Order: sequence, then C-alpha cells, then structure tokens
Amino acid sequence: MYGRKVKLRFLFVVLILITLILTTFLILKSLEENVVYFQSPSEIKSLTEIDESKIRVGGMVKKNSISISSNEVSFIITDFKNEINVTYSGAVPNLFTEGKGVVAEGFLKDRNFFSATKILAKHDENYMPPEVKEALGEK
Amino acid sequence: MIYSLVGYYSLIIGLIIGLFLFYFSYKNFNNSNILNTKILSFSFLQLFFVVISFLCLIFSFIVSDFSNETVFNNSHTTKPLFYKISGTWGNHEGSLLLWLLVLTLFIFLFLVRTKNQPVKYKILTLVFQQIIIVGFFLFLILTSNPFNYIFPIPTEGLGLNPILQDPALAIHPPILYLGYVGSSIIFSSVLAATSLKIISTNWAIHIKKWILISWIFLTLGILIGSIWAYYELGWGGFWFWDPVENVSLMPWLALTTLLHCILVLEKKSILTSWVIILSIATFTLSMCGTFLVRSGILNSVHTFANDPERGLFILVFLFILIFLSILIFFFFHKDNDKKSFSFFWLSKETSILINNWFMMYFLSVVLIGTVYPIFLDVITSQKISVGPPFYHKLIIPFLIPFLLVMAIGPNLKWIKSQLEDKIYLISFLIISILLAFLVLKNFNQNILINTILISSALYLFFITLRDFFVNKYKNISQNIAHFGFSLLILSILFNNLFASEIITNLKVGEIFENSKTKIVFESVDQKKEQNYNAIIANFSISNPNGEEDRLSPELRIYNQPVIATSEADIKTTLMSDKFIVINLVQNQDFFNVRYQVKPFMLWIWLSVILISFGGIISFIKKRS
Repeated sequence: MYGRKVKLRFLFVVLILITLILTTFLILKSLEENVVYFQSPSEIKSLTEIDESKIRVGGMVKKNSISISSNEVSFIITDFKNEINVTYSGAVPNLFTEGKGVVAEGFLKDRNFFSATKILAKHDENYMPPEVKEALGEK
Repeated sequence: MIYSLVGYYSLIIGLIIGLFLFYFSYKNFNNSNILNTKILSFSFLQLFFVVISFLCLIFSFIVSDFSNETVFNNSHTTKPLFYKISGTWGNHEGSLLLWLLVLTLFIFLFLVRTKNQPVKYKILTLVFQQIIIVGFFLFLILTSNPFNYIFPIPTEGLGLNPILQDPALAIHPPILYLGYVGSSIIFSSVLAATSLKIISTNWAIHIKKWILISWIFLTLGILIGSIWAYYELGWGGFWFWDPVENVSLMPWLALTTLLHCILVLEKKSILTSWVIILSIATFTLSMCGTFLVRSGILNSVHTFANDPERGLFILVFLFILIFLSILIFFFFHKDNDKKSFSFFWLSKETSILINNWFMMYFLSVVLIGTVYPIFLDVITSQKISVGPPFYHKLIIPFLIPFLLVMAIGPNLKWIKSQLEDKIYLISFLIISILLAFLVLKNFNQNILINTILISSALYLFFITLRDFFVNKYKNISQNIAHFGFSLLILSILFNNLFASEIITNLKVGEIFENSKTKIVFESVDQKKEQNYNAIIANFSISNPNGEEDRLSPELRIYNQPVIATSEADIKTTLMSDKFIVINLVQNQDFFNVRYQVKPFMLWIWLSVILISFGGIISFIKKRS
C-alpha cells in the first residue's frame, strides 16, 4: 500500500482541484447572470422575443426628442435606421444632449419602449462609446 | 522650440546610456569594486537626462509652446498655471515620460540605498531594470514622442479635458505611478535574486522596504482617484467597478499579498515561489493597467480618446517581459522549501497562506470581470459589460472567512499554536455577533448576510484593538493597517445600508417634498472665472427635525474645450455626507437634481489613510 504521506498529498491535490473547479464554475455562473448585453435599436427591432434581462441600448439622441417633466426624462435613441423610445427617471450625465452619442442601461418593455435605469456618462465631447460607433456604422 | 529640442535629445541620450549600461555591466560583471561607483554615476546621468527632458516638457506647458504637439493637444493659454503644469502628465505622452522618470529614479535610489547585498545582485537588478527602461525609451521615442513639432505653429491650444482640471486629479497620476512603477524595482530585484539564488531572509528584509514604498503610494493613489470620482463624476459613490478602477485594484491586491508573503519569508525561508510569482504578477498587472487604460481597449465610462496602435507595442513588450521572467523562474528557481509543509495547521503561516488564496481569488474575480468583455468582443464581437452585481456576488460572501482569518491569524504563533489560551477569541466573536444583530435590529435592517458581515468586520475591529492595547505597540503597523481595514469594511457596509437618494427634476423656485426631506430650489446665480463660466444653483434642504442645510452645486461650462461639467456640493460631517449635484437638460427649464445622504463617507477615506499609515509606520520602524 501507499504510505501515509502519499495519501495525504493525494488528498491535498484532489481538494485543490475540487476547489478550483468549484471556483471556476461559480465565477462563470455569475458572469452569465450578470452580464449586460449591448444592442442597437435595429437589433432590438429584429428581436423575436423580448428578453427580460437588463441590456444596454446605444445610439444617438434624436434631435428635438428630449422632453422633461418633474419626475421623468424621455427621449429617442436612433441609429439612423431604427429608433426606440426611452423613459428614464434618474440623474442625467453632463454630456447628455441631442445629437450626441448615448448609452442607456435598463429593461425593454417592448420593441419600441425602453425603460432606462442608468444613463452612462462620457467625459470627452469627441469620445463616442465603441459600441455606439460600431452600431452607427461609419456615420 | 528650444525646450522640445533639448527634451527630445535628452531622451535619446538617456536611451544611449541605457544601452551602454547593458554593455558595461556585461563586460564588468565580475569586476566588482570600481563598478559600483561607475554604474552609480551612469544611472545618475540617465536620471539626470530624463529629469531634464521632463522639465522641458513642463516648461513647454508653462510657456504654452504650441509648436509642441502634446502641448497643443492638451493645453490652452487661458488655463491657470497649476493646470498647465498638471496637464504635463494628464495626457498619454507626458504620463509615459513620468513613468520613465519614476523608473530611472527608483533604480538610482535602489543603487544608492542598497547596502550589504552582493554586488552581482545589484548589477543584475540594474540590468533587468534597464530592460524595462530601454523598452519605455523606445516606446516613447518611436510611438509617442512628447516633443513632436507642428508646423505652422497654432496660436491656441485645444485645452485640457475639464474633468482633469481638478486638484485631486493633478496629483493622482504621479502618486499612482510611484506605486505602479515602484513595483518595477521589486520585479527586477526578484529576477536578479532568483538568478543568483539568493532569495533568503536577508534579501526579504532588504526588499520589504521597497514593497512598502510601492504599496503605500499605490494605496494613496487609489484613494485620491476614488475621492475624485466621488465629487467630480457626480454619481455619489466611491467605487464603481469600472475597468479603469479595477486595473489599479489588481496590482494592489497582488502587492498586498506579496507584502504578507515577505513577512513570512522574513521570519522563515518559506513561500519563496509565492514571492517570486507575486512580484512578477504585480509588475505585469501594473503594465497591463497602463496598457489597458492607454490603448483604448477598455470600454470604460472613464475612457479618454486614445490610440490603439500604441497598445500593440506595450502588449508585445509585456509578453517579452513575462516570457523572460517565466524563463528565469523555471530555470533558476529551485524550490528548496522542503520544510514548507512542516508547519502545523494552526499557525500564523497557515492563516497568511489561507488569506493569500482568498486574495488571489479576489484578484481573479476582478481580472475575469475586467478582461472577459474584451475577449468576448474579440472572439464573437458581442458587446457586453460586467456590472457591480457580479463583483458583489462573488466577493462579498468570501469577505466573511477572510475577515475572520485576518482577525485570528496575527494572534497565533509561528509554526505551531495552541487554542487553549485563546478564550478571548471566542468571547469577542460572540460580542461582535450580538452587537451587529442589535444594530441591525434597531434600524429594521435585519438581513442575515449583513449581520454576518458586520459581525465579522466588528470581530476584526475588536481583536486588533485588543491586540493593540494588550501587546503595547508590538505589532503597531499591522494593528493599524488591519484596524483600518475593519473600519473600511464597516464604513462601506453602513454606507450602503443607510444611504438614501432623491432624484427629481426641478425648476427654479420649485419645491420637492417627501416624508423625510424638503428640497427648496431657491435661486440661480452666475459666475465667471478664467477658464469657465458657472451657473450656481442655491438649494435649501431641510428635514422634519428642523435641521436646514444650504447647498450650492455648480454647473460649469468650460471655455476650452467647451464642455459642461457638474460640480457637486458636498457637506461633510463626521457621521454623514450630504451630496447634491445638478444638471441642465438641453437648455430646458428643468434642472436634473440628485440629492444623496451618504453615511460614514468620511470614514471610508479615513480608514484607507489609516491602512496606508500602517504601511508608513512599518516603513519607518527600526527592526528590533
């Protein structure tokens, strides 16, 4: 038979392996649950079913589309092919203006309405989130 | 003009000295006596030329020399002098020059301060450091020269991004870089020591000071960045799990783990492999941080416009360094800690080892969360982002055993410890649980995970406090740092639990009222400054107890470049912060108002200062 030391070492290796596998599984699982996908208005239009998980929508804020009341801001995100109505009640970043790029995070109500929980800030007037740039093509 | 010229040629001379140092060290590797003085003077010369180059860039900024492309892109004549100077490192080229400056400064200080170590080791450390330095010289000269000309000379610059025009962000990069780049000396030294097989107790004592310097600066650098994000970005939080923040946290985690390994190595010659791997990891992660932030790969809300091609250079350079260090690790490192398993399961070593694994786990969580979106984008071109819930879910539960081990560990003995005289450990645990339960019950916040979290943080709090008084400053640095950490966790928890927020849109003269708070938007003033115009909104905020606060957040419109920023107005008291920020939406009458009450905000900052203070004491303290 094998010695006590070998057995112990074997046990140790198995324990580490199990921990590693469990950790990887745990990380991947929560990654899957907490990832937020980015979609453009056109991609949303072509969805076959409305997903209930949180997503990000990006594009341009359509000209003359912002309207504001005491508890809500609503506007339209466009990628110049399709557009989507967004309602939002929260703090607005500085560079949120008509005709500029925007990324809104929240939930889809249907293919035309999006309820945002967060609007992302950008710090540079020339900067456009890479997703928005791609979604808009080379506009 | 003249500054750019001098600056550029100083860089070239610095590079030549670097190359010469390779040759010189190779030729005279065994000829030790004269070498020590000559090498010292050459690395001083290199430092001198980098300083000249850096000063030239600063002067170019001060006199607004727009024939220099970097100055043109990042400065403006109307900017206050302070921001002209800080603009030097507020951009890609200048910040890399700062990297280089710190790299050469550290190796020079290392050569001066290192005594009682083999001469070969000092030379080899210099050689490894020169590899990094030459790499950065090439990077700077080839891809991001800070002294490029533009012709015809523009009359006015483009200006500095307004959110960078801030005192905290003026000092944030240099301090953070001292931490980042400070790890380069650990990296070089560990490679040298591995090659010469001199990793021992003696070496650990010597390198510990360098690890501490790097760690203190990194901690303070992260703190300043965090404070800046709190008041400048207007989200009212201190940590957003943003990729740019994560890349500074990762080297910090690796460095903290390394610091604890060194403590073990200092006492007993074990954990050498840990020390080597962690030293390599810390510097690699610092480089990665620079790469990810500067290449524009990271999709971050902090992202500033930048250039992907430069990223490739750093990436290739990074791979060469990693390859080199792995090569050295495998060929030269003989794992001679056969004794490593000879410590008892209940000992200081075990507890440090356990928490090392936890830290590595935290590090991998942060790493995966930061890097996974990039990989997915490259492979499937799917755009995703990983939000705070991911990190919270994976990190918070594991903080509980982490805190407990952190409390118990320091009270154990090296090698083998008995539990018999440790009744106080259990009694303090009971007290902590009871206290946490009572506090949460009182505030109707009785959630199981919170009770457990708070009690484990309280446990660490009490145990370190007891240790402090019972052992009379024996472990003062460790006590302070651990105490600071428990305070940090407690403040964060209470901050999260008891924070409240009101977001509403108001016109001038309107009133918002709910059961707890009444916000009166009284008036709007205007102010004109050198580099911006401001709209100042005056609010009066009162609660049912009759307390009234006047807060005046600003909306600034900078002139160069024309960007609007919100300046939060924060009223800080010992127990809580009142935070208000406004924004104007598309020139309509409504102001977007965000009002937050954030308990224990001040304590979060104070506890981080306390943590780094622990490091400072350990740095100053003489070995008994």
